[in-house]
Amino acid sequence: MSWFARIVNVLRAGKLGQELDEELNFHLAERVDELVAGGMARDEARLEALRRFGNVTVHKERTRDVNVERILDLAVSDLRYAIRQLRLAPGFAAVAVLSLALGIGANTAIFQLIDALRLRSLPVQDPWELAAIDTAPDFYTSGNYRSRNRAFTYAQFEQLRMHQQAFSDVLAFGDIRFNLSRGGEARFAEGLFVSANYFKVLGVMPLLGRDFAATNDDRDCRDAGAILSYSFWQREFGGDGAVLGRTIQLNGQSFPVIGVAPKEFFGLEPGRRFDVAVPLCVDTLMADDGRGRMDIRHAWWLTLVGRLKPGWSVERASAHITQLSEVIFRETVPEVYRPDDVKAYLANKLRVVAAGTGISSLRRQYENPLWMLLVTTALVLLIACANLANLLLARASAREREIAIRQSLGASRTRLVSQLLSESFLLAALGGVLGALLAQLLSRALVAFLDSGSDPVFLNLDVNWRVFGFASVLSLLTCLLFGLTPAIRATGIAPANAMRGGRGTTTNAERNGLRRMLVVSQIALSLVLLVSALLFGRSLRNLLTAEAGLNADGVLLTRIDTTPPKLQPERRRQVFQQIEERTRSLPGAVSVGSAWLTPFGNSSWNQNVRAEGGVGTSAKKLVWMNLVGPGYFDTMQISLLAGRDFDSHDDRSAPKVAIVNEAFAKEVFNGENPVGRTFRAEEYAGKQDSLFQIVGLVRNTKYFGLRDEFRPFAYFPLNQAEEMPAAITIAARTHGPVNDVMAVVRRAVAEINP
Amino acid sequence: MSKPKNDVLQGTLTLLVLRVLHARGPMHGYAICNHIQSVSSDLLRVEEGSLYPALHRMEQEGWLASSSGVTEKGRKAKFYSITKSGLLQLEAEKESWSRLIRGVSRVLRYS
Repeated sequence: MSWFARIVNVLRAGKLGQELDEELNFHLAERVDELVAGGMARDEARLEALRRFGNVTVHKERTRDVNVERILDLAVSDLRYAIRQLRLAPGFAAVAVLSLALGIGANTAIFQLIDALRLRSLPVQDPWELAAIDTAPDFYTSGNYRSRNRAFTYAQFEQLRMHQQAFSDVLAFGDIRFNLSRGGEARFAEGLFVSANYFKVLGVMPLLGRDFAATNDDRDCRDAGAILSYSFWQREFGGDGAVLGRTIQLNGQSFPVIGVAPKEFFGLEPGRRFDVAVPLCVDTLMADDGRGRMDIRHAWWLTLVGRLKPGWSVERASAHITQLSEVIFRETVPEVYRPDDVKAYLANKLRVVAAGTGISSLRRQYENPLWMLLVTTALVLLIACANLANLLLARASAREREIAIRQSLGASRTRLVSQLLSESFLLAALGGVLGALLAQLLSRALVAFLDSGSDPVFLNLDVNWRVFGFASVLSLLTCLLFGLTPAIRATGIAPANAMRGGRGTTTNAERNGLRRMLVVSQIALSLVLLVSALLFGRSLRNLLTAEAGLNADGVLLTRIDTTPPKLQPERRRQVFQQIEERTRSLPGAVSVGSAWLTPFGNSSWNQNVRAEGGVGTSAKKLVWMNLVGPGYFDTMQISLLAGRDFDSHDDRSAPKVAIVNEAFAKEVFNGENPVGRTFRAEEYAGKQDSLFQIVGLVRNTKYFGLRDEFRPFAYFPLNQAEEMPAAITIAARTHGPVNDVMAVVRRAVAEINP
Repeated sequence: MSKPKNDVLQGTLTLLVLRVLHARGPMHGYAICNHIQSVSSDLLRVEEGSLYPALHRMEQEGWLASSSGVTEKGRKAKFYSITKSGLLQLEAEKESWSRLIRGVSRVLRYS
């Protein structure tokens, strides 16, 4: 209790002093009275009383020290002194606090992103027990893909679950974007297909309602329901507790809402957020052909995560799963694979990686750049520190006399240094607080920068103890960094020299040397920053323009999805054509073209091809494919290097044609001009291969990401597709504001509405 | 001051203060000081100023409690009284004092 009283006494120093004075004065007054009563004159009595008492000031100070926590007491008086000093120099204080705030703010903002993306554990039970299934290097796959993460097929999931020993259970999930509206303009929700044990394995209990029933893993999906995320529940249903009885429209089908997930649960991917989770079997219900991806052994769409059994480490589990790979792959060979594909497929190996902080494509994309940014902002902070140290040195030489006088009056060097340091500490603390506030704005601005409408990014940026600790430690470090040396220097001058008025020449030279060093290091650091900023700027420009191979600026992409109306393929073709015609006749439309898949859209399709005839190689190559309409290359400004674009004559009755890119020409035709040549695309086992004549050669374009290498691509005319896809994207390059064009496109789509 | 100074031996001040307060009830600092001098027939003198750090330390230790009151002459003063843990401390100090006396006198007698 007494230490508490002593701390409180520090803060009520004035009151304490007054009480002490009263007590001691009472003693003296009583003594004087007694001496006067004994016959002494009052003046003399007063002197005698003081003499008997001893040194009043010393006794008073000693009594006072008994009552206060000395270290805290000193700190408080130092801080008071520092506040007075800074008040005397408001300009210096403002410059110092602001530059520190910027430095600390930038660092904290970046750290907050890293924390949210990398360091924060998933909001599930015992997250460190979670581990994800991953593929070993040189993994061979072929088929169609839809996933942001490492993807597996449903058959592999089943086999893995059946044979593995390392996990208490394994869950699977795939992502999808659901259309919430019944028709007309689409409203999207981020969806998850999840295995029925998803929430059970994670140890996440629904806030409302119930979890999925175990039967939902069957292909029979009649009683499937949807579990909403907390934020979606708030947004779409206003947090209504009666939501459980209601239904929700997903891609034109209605599902009963059976539960709401807890508030903090966002899924397993930091940076993403799910709105609606439905059992895997719903994929079957939504498939065009009634045959969902659960039964397609070459559909790669599931992310697999398991909860390790007690006593199993990630390494042990990884060894175990690698060993199981053979069995798993043997049992899951896609029927459509040809013998040589099968051989490559069987040689695949699986492994296990820790997933306690989640799995994230954002992390893969942005983690290294974020660490880089952190280093850069740390440099900025260093420059700010050097700058401040310089300012403090300048201030110290102005205060030389003051410090010398205090030293000669008996102030110890440690006390003086601690006083000067408390000034730095005050600056650092103010800068830290301001910086932490600034960081909140900065980190949100950064997330907004990463976020694009079609690819929403969601990061939990709440301040936690890690971010708080980071900001505090950073402030303390900067305080020491910019405050310590100037303080030690300032108190190191012999008082006599300073008092003489003239400045000691040796110390002066020494200090100037230090200041010069600080300036030099500042310039050096700034130069490093400047050069890296230029390099960043250059590669950003490269990424944005030249190297993508296409120019999407000013292009409006409209995705038309006919899944809910369940149109026949032939009808789809007509609808798409009509919408495309309408878009083309828009005022301001420069060019219009359609495509099945869009670059950077997370979906892809690949197949093996072989060159036909000639002296070219006949080895088979895995190439990526897309279906596009006439005008697509023109619209995306993908240059046609040779040959021609598709036109309206390339339909089902005409010979099959293709346009390939440079990488395709290099891989399949050894870099010879491919126009006029033919290639064979391997169809599924048992089906007749198709032959395509190449009519055009286009520039390479990035597809999966700007940092990805160029892939060999073959484009086929949409009109020659065996079956018109249910959804295509119409790209329109226009003049004028995008919003106007969007309104017109919307109206056009509404009018044509079948 | 003609009499030789017999400053209170270092460390016995606590014992004396506790004893006085135990015997006489609540007192202010000045009275404690006078009381020690008169009871010891002026053999012991407390340096008056150093009484106060000691009093405050003992209060921090929890051996004394204090309250403000008014003296007969109508002056405001701080009165100290002994607490329960002060009583225990008094016993301990007495014990260690008598050990010291015994030890010192044995040395004087036998060496």
